[in-house]
Amino acid sequence: MTEPVLTFTERGIYCPAGDFYIDPWRPVSRALITHGHSDHARPGHGAYLATEAAAPVIRHRLGEITLDTIRFGERRQIGRATVSFHPAGHIPGSAQIRVEVGGEVWVASGDYKLAPDGLCETFEPVRCHAFITECTFGLPVFTWRPQHEIAAEINHWWATTAAEGRHCLLGAYSLGKAQRLMALLDPEIGPILTHGAVENTNAVLRAQGYALPETHHVTPDLDVKAHPGALVIAPPSALGSTWARRFGRASTGMASGWMRMRGVRRRRGADRGFVLSDHADWPELHEAIRQTGAERIFATHGYTEIFARWLNTQGYQAEVVPTEFGGEEDAADSAEDAA
Amino acid sequence: MKAFEALFTAVDQSTKTTVKTAALAEYFRTAPDEDRLWTIALFSGRRPKRAVTTTQLREWAAERAGLPLWLLEESYPIVGDLAETIALLLPPATREADHSLTSWLEALSDMPNRDLEARKAFILDAWDQLDETGRFLFNKLITGGFRIGVSRKLMTRALAQATGQDEAALALRLMGDWTPQGTSWHALVESPDPEENESRPYPFYLAYQLDDGPESLGPPEDWLAEWKWDGIRGQLILRGGSHHVWSRGEELMTDRFPELARAADFIPPGHVFDGEILAWDGTQPLPFNTLQQRIGRKTVPKKLLKDAPVILLAYDLLEADGQDLRDTPLAQRRARLDALLSDLPPDAPIRPSPRLGFDTWEGLAETRATARERRAEGLMLKRLGAPYLAGRKKGDWWKWKLDPLSVDAVMIYAQQGHGRRANLFTDFTFAAWNGNDLVPFTKAYSGLTDAEFNKITAWVRRNTLQRFGPVRQVKPELVFEIAFEGIQPSPRHKSGLALRFPRMARWRHDKPVQEANTLADLQALLAAYG
Repeated sequence: MTEPVLTFTERGIYCPAGDFYIDPWRPVSRALITHGHSDHARPGHGAYLATEAAAPVIRHRLGEITLDTIRFGERRQIGRATVSFHPAGHIPGSAQIRVEVGGEVWVASGDYKLAPDGLCETFEPVRCHAFITECTFGLPVFTWRPQHEIAAEINHWWATTAAEGRHCLLGAYSLGKAQRLMALLDPEIGPILTHGAVENTNAVLRAQGYALPETHHVTPDLDVKAHPGALVIAPPSALGSTWARRFGRASTGMASGWMRMRGVRRRRGADRGFVLSDHADWPELHEAIRQTGAERIFATHGYTEIFARWLNTQGYQAEVVPTEFGGEEDAADSAEDAA
Repeated sequence: MKAFEALFTAVDQSTKTTVKTAALAEYFRTAPDEDRLWTIALFSGRRPKRAVTTTQLREWAAERAGLPLWLLEESYPIVGDLAETIALLLPPATREADHSLTSWLEALSDMPNRDLEARKAFILDAWDQLDETGRFLFNKLITGGFRIGVSRKLMTRALAQATGQDEAALALRLMGDWTPQGTSWHALVESPDPEENESRPYPFYLAYQLDDGPESLGPPEDWLAEWKWDGIRGQLILRGGSHHVWSRGEELMTDRFPELARAADFIPPGHVFDGEILAWDGTQPLPFNTLQQRIGRKTVPKKLLKDAPVILLAYDLLEADGQDLRDTPLAQRRARLDALLSDLPPDAPIRPSPRLGFDTWEGLAETRATARERRAEGLMLKRLGAPYLAGRKKGDWWKWKLDPLSVDAVMIYAQQGHGRRANLFTDFTFAAWNGNDLVPFTKAYSGLTDAEFNKITAWVRRNTLQRFGPVRQVKPELVFEIAFEGIQPSPRHKSGLALRFPRMARWRHDKPVQEANTLADLQALLAAYG
């Protein structure tokens, strides 16, 4: 029997034929990176390979690293493996990684969503024999409403709050979710202010040509009163901090797939919870798996055991990626980023 | 239902009491009479009798969603609420209808009269025409206590705002055993005669916990001290020749405690007592687990009446000769109470709860230290000059409880919480050493901060040894101080004992697991206090 195209090791997903890792979580000599979120792009690797679109943010976050880039769809030979990167639709620049060895094709999904969001490259199905899929929201209770409905909800909240003479404070991860939200906001309602962590990422993405609306960086000398009715985008951790006090009795909101659950909404203590995720919901996970044509499925990142058990009843040969690698189910509190 | 859904959404989106109250008051101003009557009923714990089991609901929901039951069962602990899990799982409605809240509740009230097939058809049909919020509320109406962040107090305040009536008078009017079917908005809320129902109890006055010593309360001579009994708070109503017994939760308990009927042999009509129902051996209370055998029994077998007889230890007189005494000072109420009860024969089922004499707070502290020997939980301190208020109000009534008992125990199982605590590990099983074995002896859910639960949740994920459905066996490494109010023998438990009100007093980061308490330590506590 030939060795598998990809294996699961303590350092992460490993390709023996090409001697490289995908999104490894311990330092390795060669790492292929799906996207710039910190649980995928970690510091300390010898050499990095990522898409041209993802590279600027990765450099911004990791500093001086040896980073080679690749275009979406471009094929590259590494050892006996042929690799290519394909849009995952998760955040700007995010990719699935296709690995082919001796005619057998495996795809590592990274994080993904299917529905176009108007900002990042839309998910592209890749045919394969084995598909390593995330399943952050791999339970049937997670289904998303169309983006335009959520956008209308957020804009309505903003307009109503602005009319009361208050600010909106919207918590969102600084890379991906924050920019997606900006693109959904109606700039007619008022100005958009940003926390430094968000604005730094904005600058990187704007330089790449992603179209983002005008924003104002909240600096210590910014006069909040000069921006009545503003909506402020900040990382969730900043919402309850001293930083947020300058906005007075602001109405607070959170945008995340976890907001689908009332318990999480209430625990977060935000006034409003908007169900907006950069991950696939339950129907999308099935659609993505179906489109790959794969028969072997590996579930990682999320409700892996439940999801794999379910897929096995649906005619797939599904396994859980060993927990030493994948980590356990990322509940709302540990998977704050971009969910 | 749309208006009620909008009310729920407004209430659910805010954590501020003023916003919730305003939303509810607005609903009370604008909703049709029957809907607002049902809303009062729901928020005061009166909902239609449950006509389907949650097992049936789960099966029907899984069937409707085209999913295996196990997948629903796996989702439930993660969402943390069955009504919500089902609402989220179901496929979108195929049609839209807007029946009133009342029509839904009347249909649910009628369910017990229908056969199982008709119940199922009704519920599937309801799911098929309600949106997600509507389904969630509908399921909540079926599955359990209708708790959605509106307390009875908040509801009463909103109703007072909406109707311009006095809050306390409304609270009184909303007591008792009325049902939405048996009354009307006008009769319940607007009727000028609140005395029409002679079984109606007064709202209970509830004490606050005294955290520091009593010195801050001022001169001792302003205060009355009593034992704080470990029984069931109850109101005995003697009016017009009949008697009624109410629990603090406004449950009518008359039939559960038939002994109390004889109170009417000694006391004339027109009297209402506040006190503690206790199992009584003739001179002092029996242990709480004796009384426990009487709780939850609607009819009482003769043997139990003999083995666990109850009396009311009365500590307040709320009505005398048909007069509401609540505005008179406690000193006067108490004097009348004592006069009324002092000469009753020893077999009367009502006695005055003794007043404890004291001159100084130090002296009283000594009395308090003997509470456990008297089968009391500590002391009650009541201001002699105070009226009898409604609800929990700070200032005049304090419970000065004994410090709890405590042991250090090892966490061995963890389970995720529900509702607001879904996705956090908050429900733990604790064990004590028996030689080299850890014997589970209690569960506990509360006492830690959210930050601590977050830390423990991350720890549990990394240190799971085995899973049994939603329960995880974890490495026996973490030690917690478990505080509790009492300990009693329990043949049902492996450890042979059961604790009263166990909770986590603190996380003993400093304590190695080997130094946790032993089963022998617990047995010694049982021998001393059980």
